[in-house]
Amino acid sequence: MSDEYGQEPHLELTSSLVPLFVITNGRALPPDQEYERTALVTARKEGGAAARTLSPEGQVIMDLVADGFLSVAEVAGHTHLPLGVVRILLAQLEESGLVLVRKPVPRADPLDRELLGAVLDGLKSRFGA
Amino acid sequence: MYLDPDVLRSVKILVVGPFGVGKTTYIGNISEIEPLQTEEEITEASVGFDDLSRTPDKTTTTVAMDFGRLTLSEELVLYIFGTPGQERFKEMWEELSRGALGALVIVDPQRLDESFPVLDLVERFGLTYAIGVNHFEGTTTYPLDEVREALNLPADTPVVACDVRDQHSAAQALITLVQHLKSLLA
Repeated sequence: MSDEYGQEPHLELTSSLVPLFVITNGRALPPDQEYERTALVTARKEGGAAARTLSPEGQVIMDLVADGFLSVAEVAGHTHLPLGVVRILLAQLEESGLVLVRKPVPRADPLDRELLGAVLDGLKSRFGA
Repeated sequence: MYLDPDVLRSVKILVVGPFGVGKTTYIGNISEIEPLQTEEEITEASVGFDDLSRTPDKTTTTVAMDFGRLTLSEELVLYIFGTPGQERFKEMWEELSRGALGALVIVDPQRLDESFPVLDLVERFGLTYAIGVNHFEGTTTYPLDEVREALNLPADTPVVACDVRDQHSAAQALITLVQHLKSLLA
């Protein structure tokens, strides 16, 4: 295909993309690692003022994490918003100082004996094994 | 619904296997919360006549993935992600495997051939794993050694019976995996 004959370049509007685009206010996806699905999120108590200008979906997330920590995956699960959209919204909320994010254990740590011991002890005491 | 306020660390383990092998049942049985789903998009090449015209058509599909949660101590929580084992989900594997402690591979002893693509992905993404051989109603229990042989597994890879409908059995498979992970550090 070429544009040799002076055709107008196509402007492709894919209707199904529009709602997501609006929800995220045109923001792109942050890199995966920033809001890994096991990152833990809660609302900052002092974030009241900025909260007034939130999108409806942003407000839904703020209400959900108002009283405690949930993982990014749980935020997506409870709100039924696609994971990618949740990540973008969380990036906006964190940037506005509205949420606190605890990053998961980084990659090097699976080699951590102490951590694996804690996982094993936790499973054993939970299931009486 | 909320995590313990003192929870500081989160870890994850993947529960992987072919379609219909019992991942959802497994997670439902072991999770402390009602299992949830994430909706995510995967991009894949369109199949069909498009291939002949060499157009790089890609389609976006939304897939729903189950996961569950287990609080292990005041400060530690484990998330368990059901992960489909087909090649077309490899984008998701890339992110899911990052930082994962390991994987529990659920196999159906009557359809072992379906487990090869799964083992392929697990090994490609460098995940340490254990095999849980699901027991299906109305079937005989398979000797675990036969499964090990058929799947051509390394000698130290644990192979355990795992009835996904039974919480104790499901938990035991997870414990076996973590013991294996720990033993590799010794």
